[in-house]
Amino acid sequence: MPESTDTALTQIASRTDGARIVLDRVSKVYPGQDAPAVEEFSMVAEPGELIMFVGPSGCGKTTTMKMINRIIEPSSGSITIDGRDILSLDPSELRRHIGYVIQQIGLFPHMTIAENIAVVPKLLGWSKQRTAERIDELLQTVQLDPGTFAHRYPRQLSGGQQQRVGVARALAANPPVMLMDEPFGATDPITREKLQAEFLRLQESIGKTIIFVTHDFDEAIKLGDRIAVLSERSQIEQFDTPAAILAEPANAYVRSFIGHGAALKRLALIPVETAVLGAASAAVDHHRIATDDSLRDALDLLIVTGAPAIGVVDRSGSLVGSLTVERISTALGADATALAATRSDEGRPA
Amino acid sequence: MTVSTATTAISTASAARRTDRRIRIARRAATPVIVVLSLGGLLLWLSTLELDSIEQRTLNWDYIALRTGEHLNLTIVASILVAVLAIPTGILLSRTRSRAARGFVLGLANVGQATPAVGVVILLAIIWQTGYTTALVALVIYSFLPVLRNTMIGLEQIDPFVKESALGMGMTSGQVLRRIELPLAVPVILAGLRTSLVFCVGVATIATFINAGGLGDMIVNGLKLQRFPVLVTGAVLVASIALLIDWVASVVEDVLRPKGV
Repeated sequence: MPESTDTALTQIASRTDGARIVLDRVSKVYPGQDAPAVEEFSMVAEPGELIMFVGPSGCGKTTTMKMINRIIEPSSGSITIDGRDILSLDPSELRRHIGYVIQQIGLFPHMTIAENIAVVPKLLGWSKQRTAERIDELLQTVQLDPGTFAHRYPRQLSGGQQQRVGVARALAANPPVMLMDEPFGATDPITREKLQAEFLRLQESIGKTIIFVTHDFDEAIKLGDRIAVLSERSQIEQFDTPAAILAEPANAYVRSFIGHGAALKRLALIPVETAVLGAASAAVDHHRIATDDSLRDALDLLIVTGAPAIGVVDRSGSLVGSLTVERISTALGADATALAATRSDEGRPA
Repeated sequence: MTVSTATTAISTASAARRTDRRIRIARRAATPVIVVLSLGGLLLWLSTLELDSIEQRTLNWDYIALRTGEHLNLTIVASILVAVLAIPTGILLSRTRSRAARGFVLGLANVGQATPAVGVVILLAIIWQTGYTTALVALVIYSFLPVLRNTMIGLEQIDPFVKESALGMGMTSGQVLRRIELPLAVPVILAGLRTSLVFCVGVATIATFINAGGLGDMIVNGLKLQRFPVLVTGAVLVASIALLIDWVASVVEDVLRPKGV
């Protein structure tokens, strides 16, 4: 029934601001292997949500992700995007509506940057002008000057620039869903941090439903709306917001994954403005922190300077209060209490 | 030997990229210059000789043009047949997971190449017939392997992640082959074709033994009748054709190599 496939695809494609993805008891068993690579994986990703799959290598997180665009076919279970069963759609046509970014980037070396980005629009039969406009727009979105980069070849770009093109290429046809497999894994720490920050800003404006695979828990905390901590056979050990996982790891496995310094990682998620500030006059030195910095930055400044208190300034630069180690510690406690409260309010199993 | 032919082909392809442009232009000009000089030298030397009637029957423009035409015809038709047969076979083989099929076809192609060329030509003539078609078939059998092997290697050396991202973006496997794999394999496939073209020029001299013409006629006549000028002319012509064809192929390789690779 090609017609129903078409309508299903049109419907998925029209949800450019993110679609709901539902995986229901999805399993993958490779022939000749006793244990399944993925066993009975169930999860719901809400529209616009950025979900991180974290787990050690070989736990099946990538396999799980690749079943969503059917690079790997599930052995059993069902996957729906926006209510449409994707296993009944043509895999190639389905993939044109799912952005796909991999660690190795996989740009086509014999095509220019513009041609690389134009691949999916071309497959979808876009007009030349519409494609050209989109290429310009996307290169600007990923902060590459179209005039400089559009007609270069991939090997003339640095790793970080190539990965930006990889992201732009995946976004080309404005797909509602993006799958990202350790996209920043191969870049150096500085480039990586920059790409992460840019990516967060980008996601704020595009609001795709994103499944993002990483083995780096810190990256998961930094980027994710929710994190699924996975173990062997892609079993979900915990699926919750970064703050909740840090505050209340479900079990020893999750705790081991968080590693040391959970409190510090939580502080990094709490902005200075949520803390109860002390009197502005307490900040005797000239050390200042902004309200939209994190409490971790504040603590860092306190330790580095050795000052008993540091000043807090708002966006306009005027002093609004001060912070001490005690106040940061209180804020962390309050954060945990608030988290527990929302948890019991919701009253639904995590 | 066959594996090393293919790997050299790859390494020359990548080495060529690095070579300085100017050196490449100088090297590019070298072959035609050498060919022109040796043909000019040959002509000059022949013009100083008093040719007897036997030599005159061979060393005239009509005869030489005829034999050269036959030789080129054999070489080029055989190479086209090899390209048409071996490239699709290579594509099919690189896409099959069956090891038995790969082993069988590669083994067969290996036998064709490992048997001495004279053997292939004469054996075919004995069991089948003499003449042009037989020579053509023998040439195709003999030069099949480089193209087959290079097609397979060319397709297999492509970064698997490039193929994965092409599939992941929604290309069908046919589109991946046409738009991604084949363009990226072009340099290696062409290197194989170039090797087989040069093989063909050399082996086509043997066609004379089964009455299929070519410059081999001049060489063998020169030897049998002990006419040194005839022998030398035939040999120099074959060598010049081989050099020129190799040269043309290298130019084509440069033109068709995908940009950015």
